[in-house]
Amino acid sequence: MDDGSPVAPDRPALVGRNAVDRLYRAALTGLALSLPLLLVALLAELVASAWPAITRFGVRFLWTSVWDPVAGVFGAAPMIFGTLASSLLALLFAVPLALGVAIYLTEFSPKWLRQPVAFLVELLAAIPSVVYGLWGIFVLIPFLRGYVVPPLRGVLGWTPFLQGVFYGNSLLAGGVILAIMIVPYIAAVSREVLLAVPSSQREAALGMGATRWEAVWTAVVPYGRAGLIGAVILGLGRALGETMAVTMLIGNRHDIGLSVLQPAYTMAAAVANEFSEATTNLYLSALFEVGLILFVVTVVVNALARLMIWRVARGTAVGSRAL
Amino acid sequence: MSARRLRRRLVSGLMTTLVGVLSFVAVLALAVILGYLVVKGASSLDWNFFVKNPVPAGQAGGGVANAIVGTVIIVGVAALIGLPIGIGTGLYLAEYGSGRFGWIVRFVADVLNGTPSIVVGIFAWTWLVRPMGHFSALAGSVALAVLMVPMIARTTEEMVRLVPHSLREAALALGYPRWRTSLRIVARTALAGILTSCLVGIARIAGETAPLLFTALGNLNFSSSILQPMQTLSLQVFTYGTGPFDEWHRLAWAAALVLMGLVLLLSLTARWALRSRHGAAR
Repeated sequence: MDDGSPVAPDRPALVGRNAVDRLYRAALTGLALSLPLLLVALLAELVASAWPAITRFGVRFLWTSVWDPVAGVFGAAPMIFGTLASSLLALLFAVPLALGVAIYLTEFSPKWLRQPVAFLVELLAAIPSVVYGLWGIFVLIPFLRGYVVPPLRGVLGWTPFLQGVFYGNSLLAGGVILAIMIVPYIAAVSREVLLAVPSSQREAALGMGATRWEAVWTAVVPYGRAGLIGAVILGLGRALGETMAVTMLIGNRHDIGLSVLQPAYTMAAAVANEFSEATTNLYLSALFEVGLILFVVTVVVNALARLMIWRVARGTAVGSRAL
Repeated sequence: MSARRLRRRLVSGLMTTLVGVLSFVAVLALAVILGYLVVKGASSLDWNFFVKNPVPAGQAGGGVANAIVGTVIIVGVAALIGLPIGIGTGLYLAEYGSGRFGWIVRFVADVLNGTPSIVVGIFAWTWLVRPMGHFSALAGSVALAVLMVPMIARTTEEMVRLVPHSLREAALALGYPRWRTSLRIVARTALAGILTSCLVGIARIAGETAPLLFTALGNLNFSSSILQPMQTLSLQVFTYGTGPFDEWHRLAWAAALVLMGLVLLLSLTARWALRSRHGAAR
């Protein structure tokens, strides 16, 4: 596949003439082979370890919600629900923020401000997950409890999303921390997608009398739409698999509920919390199956995102720096 | 000016302001997080923190010397395992990776890059902890190396690709065999870039916690044996931050600050090296 690399096609005259050349190439190929082997081993190991649970519960595992280690009955529905709910909540906050940053930096900001702001936003990605968790426990949750939840209740308290007592650890806290964590990824990839939009798109719109915002919204953003959706899906992939911060904030309760003020659970958090205390083989196996589901879902989501991004910026390594 | 035109200009101005405000909010989030970290962490840092081991729960004093040493050892061993494989794979992708196999490796690297770190953690558990029968720092290092390799491979590839093709051609024309061209000319020219990608990789794994939960496990005492459980700063932040004692919370903030400082130092060095090399192109 030609991906626009500067490497010329191998020529017989330059390849394989020299025994050391062949050795060098074989050594590098061997190292490169380790990655596919790793993926196969990972998948095989997960499937093998999850097999007892897979054969015992079948597809019921996905939609039953009893999680009873003592009775040996396991259903992952609450975790699957919690994973999806917290990730979608995170996207709800993160997407407008990240797209705003990307649009501002590529289209409106003064030139001298671009590098510093892009750098600072990307720095959010450098903060370790466990530090986000710590900050969430001692800063974010008290803030939500004191200044966000009461007024929110005042306006939207009648909806099913804000029922029950707010203790702190909740879907809301998990969603907000996830949102902050995925903003840098979505913003960085969106920014590169928008930069890849030809300036003739902007010029054409402006030339027809569009205002600056209309040029962005009607000519630039639609051109990069596939890539922007890809960026959002990439953020979703990050949110789905995020472990530590969510484990520390989401409350870890096997429940399905609409209220974002109540504790929930995610697949990653369940593995993190229960893996070392899994006493029976079936329990362990069920946790492996949860890990397997998480793995498969993130692989599919990431592959999808990459295909979308490639459609806009074919051949360039858009976003690879941010990952 | 017609009303319609006025409205369009108003919308344009409003939206421009809005995206500016959103950018400000994102930067503000960073400032608030780092600010709290510095304020809460710095007030908890003292000399004991660096040189003493943890004391029994509830007592005052004590430090996390074991976690600092553990972080260095676990990340160091992970780098020893991960860097050669990652750099070699990156070189392969840049030098020979234009065929179908190269495409597969690239795709797999991207897939593994997006794999949740907790999944890699239980994978390392099945590979090393289960057969050995006990937790070990080595298993943690392997888990971190697995996380590191795909990222190093992709960034190394990018860096090596920046080397102008004319350099390669010149070396080949002078009669250099391909392997020497690759190592002496291409890799050497891209050396700063490759080192940068290594720093970025190490920075990323230094703060990882999830893959260490069931591998390195953590350790209340000082341990320097990689075949035994070992404490790291990230595990310390998790245990102390979620624990019930005020003294633990204090140490958690301090550990978080030190961890953050370590990660920032690595990523800023990497960025600075990259910038001084490629000018303002980024």
